[in-house]
Amino acid sequence: MTHEFDAVIVGAGGAGLYAALEASKKARTAVISKVYPTRSHTGAAQGGIGAALGNVEEDHPEWHAFDTVKGGDYLTDQDAAIILAEDAVRAVYDLENRGLPFSRTDEGKIAQRRFGGHTRNFGEGAVHRSCYAADRTGHMILQTLYQQCIKNEVRFFNEYQVLDIVLEGNRCAGVVSVELSTGELHVFRSKAVLFATGGFGRMFKVTSNAHANTGDGPAVLARAGVPLEDMEFFQFHPTGIYGMGILITEGVRGEGGILKNRNGDRFMEEYAPTLLDLAPRDMVSRAIMNEISAGRGIRGDCKIDDYVYLDATALGRETVESRLPDIADFCKTYLNVDPADKAMPVQPTAHYAMGGIPTDIDGRVETDLVTYEGLYAAGECACVSVHGANRLGTNSLVDLVVFGRRAGMHIADYVSRADIPPLADGFDDKILRQLDALKGGGAGPSLGELFHNMQDTMMRNVGVYRRESAMKQAVSDIRKLRQVALGLKLRDSNRKFNNELLEIVEVRNLLDLALITAESALNRTESRGAHSREDYPERDDGRWLKHTLAALDHDSVSVTFKNVDLSRWEPKPRVY
Amino acid sequence: MNVVLDIRRFNPEDDRGTFNQTYDVEVDSTDRVLDALMSIKRGEDRTLTFRKSCAHGICGSDAMLINGKERLACKTLIQEVAEADGDTIHLEPLRHLAVERDLIVRQISFFKKFESVRPFLIPKPREEAGEYLQTREERSEFDDATKCILCQSCVSSCPVPDKNPGFIGPASIVQAARFVFDSRDAGFEERLAVLDHPDGVWACENHFECTRVCPRGIKITKLINLTKRKIQHYRKERGEQTKESGVTT
Repeated sequence: MTHEFDAVIVGAGGAGLYAALEASKKARTAVISKVYPTRSHTGAAQGGIGAALGNVEEDHPEWHAFDTVKGGDYLTDQDAAIILAEDAVRAVYDLENRGLPFSRTDEGKIAQRRFGGHTRNFGEGAVHRSCYAADRTGHMILQTLYQQCIKNEVRFFNEYQVLDIVLEGNRCAGVVSVELSTGELHVFRSKAVLFATGGFGRMFKVTSNAHANTGDGPAVLARAGVPLEDMEFFQFHPTGIYGMGILITEGVRGEGGILKNRNGDRFMEEYAPTLLDLAPRDMVSRAIMNEISAGRGIRGDCKIDDYVYLDATALGRETVESRLPDIADFCKTYLNVDPADKAMPVQPTAHYAMGGIPTDIDGRVETDLVTYEGLYAAGECACVSVHGANRLGTNSLVDLVVFGRRAGMHIADYVSRADIPPLADGFDDKILRQLDALKGGGAGPSLGELFHNMQDTMMRNVGVYRRESAMKQAVSDIRKLRQVALGLKLRDSNRKFNNELLEIVEVRNLLDLALITAESALNRTESRGAHSREDYPERDDGRWLKHTLAALDHDSVSVTFKNVDLSRWEPKPRVY
Repeated sequence: MNVVLDIRRFNPEDDRGTFNQTYDVEVDSTDRVLDALMSIKRGEDRTLTFRKSCAHGICGSDAMLINGKERLACKTLIQEVAEADGDTIHLEPLRHLAVERDLIVRQISFFKKFESVRPFLIPKPREEAGEYLQTREERSEFDDATKCILCQSCVSSCPVPDKNPGFIGPASIVQAARFVFDSRDAGFEERLAVLDHPDGVWACENHFECTRVCPRGIKITKLINLTKRKIQHYRKERGEQTKESGVTT
C-alpha cells in the first residue's frame, strides 16, 4: 500500500512527538512508530530536564551552555549549545503550560535539583538546574506530548517498522515500512521525512536501553550512504543496577547520594574534588572502573563486571519516597533492597549515543559536503552536535524537545514550497530482495547467539576503557557476525505479528551500527569525553578537535572529519 | 533452575485455534519472566509472539496473565511465581481484549476509550507568562494518577466488562482523574458527558481488582470514587441528578 503525506515522522518518542505537534499545524503529517507512542524510551528518563529557570538559585542559560560545552570535552558545537540552553527555558515553560506535572518548590514554582556537571558561574559548584517530576520526568514528558498529539489529532501508524529510506540522489522521497499486525509493506511517499528513532544501546550487554532501542533510523541511513557522526562517543552511565543495567538516576546523587567502594570510602574525592559525585558521567564511570581494577570493587576480584555501592541512606525515607519513588520501587523489585535502608549495588551501563545522524540546528541532515533535501533527524539518533564527546545528565530531554520542535517547524515551512518527489522504478527492489532472501531455507543461525556475541564483544572491547587490540578484536568479531546475520532465515512463515522478522531487522541494524562505532573508536587515537583509550590517555586538540564522519560501504567503514564550532569558548583542560 | 512455561497460544493464520504449549527453560531465580520468554523467542521457538520494550516496568508493553493474575512480565521475577525446580508458570493474554496472536492483544478499543475522556490539559485561562503556580498540596492531589503507563492490567482484571462491555474502564477514569484534580485544568464539564454516564464512572462496582493488580501501585478504585464524588457534588450544587442510569444519588 502507498500513502502520501507532506511529512512523515519515524519514531514517537519525545523528539518525534514534538516535531509532529509542530509539523501537523501546517502540514499533512503521519507518525510511524514500531511501538505504541507511550511505550517509547523517552518514558524511561528519570531525573529531569535542565533549564536555567533560576527557581531555586541564580542561574543563566550561558552557564548551562558553557557546562554543556565543557561536559562534551569541547567537541560540542558551541552555537548549538547556546540554542540548546536558551531554548530549554522556553521549552520547559511550554511543557508545563501543556500540563506536565513538575514537582514544585515552596512557592509553587517548578522544582529544580542538582545534576552532574551542571554548575554555577562556569564551574564554581553544583547548581539546581534540573527541572523534575519526581524521578519520572521522561514519563511525564512522553505522556504530555502524546496527550497533546491526541488533542491536535495527529495521525499515527502504530506498530509499523521502518525498513528502508527512498533517496533519489540527495533528496528524500519517503520510507518503506512493514505493518506488524498484517505483515503488509507500506510505502510512505512524502516531501519530508524526520527520523527520531532513539538510541541503540542494545549493541552492548549491560544497558539501560529498551529492547526497541536498535538504531533503526541511523542504520537505514548508513546503508543508504549517509555518514554517521561521532559514533565512537557512547556514554556509560555510572549507576546501572548491578547485572541488569537498569538506570538509577543521577538525581540520587543530586539529592545527596554518594558512591562508595568496598572500604566504605567516598572515592569521588580522589577524582573530582569540587563536584565529587556530581562530576560528569564519563568521569564517574571511569572512576568506578579504576576502583574496580584496583581491587576496591565490592567483590574485589578486579573483574570488569564488579560493582560499587550507591548509598542514599543518609537522605532519609521521606526524601527517598517523595523524590525517588520509582528508584525505590526498582530496587525493591529487582534487588530486594530498600534504598532508604541499604546501599544499592551499581555498575556502569551503556546508556546514550552522543553520535548519530549528522544534522544542522534545524534537524536537516547534512555533512560538510552535502545537505540532504527533505531529510531530517532529531533526538538521540541525531548528532547536532550539542553533546560533543559526553552528554550531561538532563540534556537528552532538552535536546529532544528543543531540536524536535525546531525540526518540526522547519519541516512545516519546507513542505509548503516542496512537491512530493516521484518514485523511481525499482525503488523498493533492494528491500524486496532482502525480504525474499529470508524465506524458506534451512534453519539458519541462532538469533540468541547473534545478539549475545555482539553484545559481549562490544561490552568487553568497546566499553568504558578502550585499547587498540581490543577494538580490533571487536571489529573482527562484528564483521564475522554480520556475515552470519546474512544467513538468517525466517522460521516463522506467518504474516501477522511476525516479530521474528522484527528481531532479524533489529539485530542487523545493531550490527551495522556496532561496526561503525568500533571502527570510529579505533580510528580516534586520543582520549576525549566518553572515549577513553588506555593507549592514548590524553586529549589531543592539535590532531583531534574535530568531528568524525564514518561512512559504511558494505564491509568497510571510511572516515572523514568535520570542524567543531569553537566560536565562544577556548578549549581548556577539563577538571571538576 | 529449570521452570516450565505453559503458554496460551493462538495464531490467526492456522486452524489450531487456541491451545497451550509448554517449554522447559533454564533460568536464574532472579531472572524476569520476560527473560525466560526472550530465551524461547531467540532460541527454541521463534514463532512465539509477545510485546516487549523497556524491560523494567515503565513502558507498559508486556502486561499478561501470569499464573492467572495481571502482571508485567518484565517486573515479575521467576522466584515470585515459581518456588522449586520444575515448577510451571502459566502465561495467558490479558482478558477483555481481542487476542491478535499468542500473548498480543488488540489495542484499538482501549485507546479509543482512553481518548474519549479528553486526556489532555484543558487549561485555565491566565494572563501571566512562565509556569502556572501550583502548590505541593495541589500537585499531590493528582500525583497517583500520573503514574499510569496504560498497560491495561486494570482493564483485564475488572469484572464489569463481562456484563457491560461499554464500560470505559479503570485506566480511562484514572486518566480523566489526572486532569480533573489538576488545579490548572478547566475541562471538568467537557469530560462529564463521558464520565457521568452509565458506561462511565457509575459502571464501577468497587471490586478493587484494578487496585490489586496495578503494577504502578495506583489506588485506582479510590480515584474512581473521588471522581464519582466530585460529579455528585457538581450535580447537587446545580440541583441536577447524576446520569447513573435511572438511579438517584
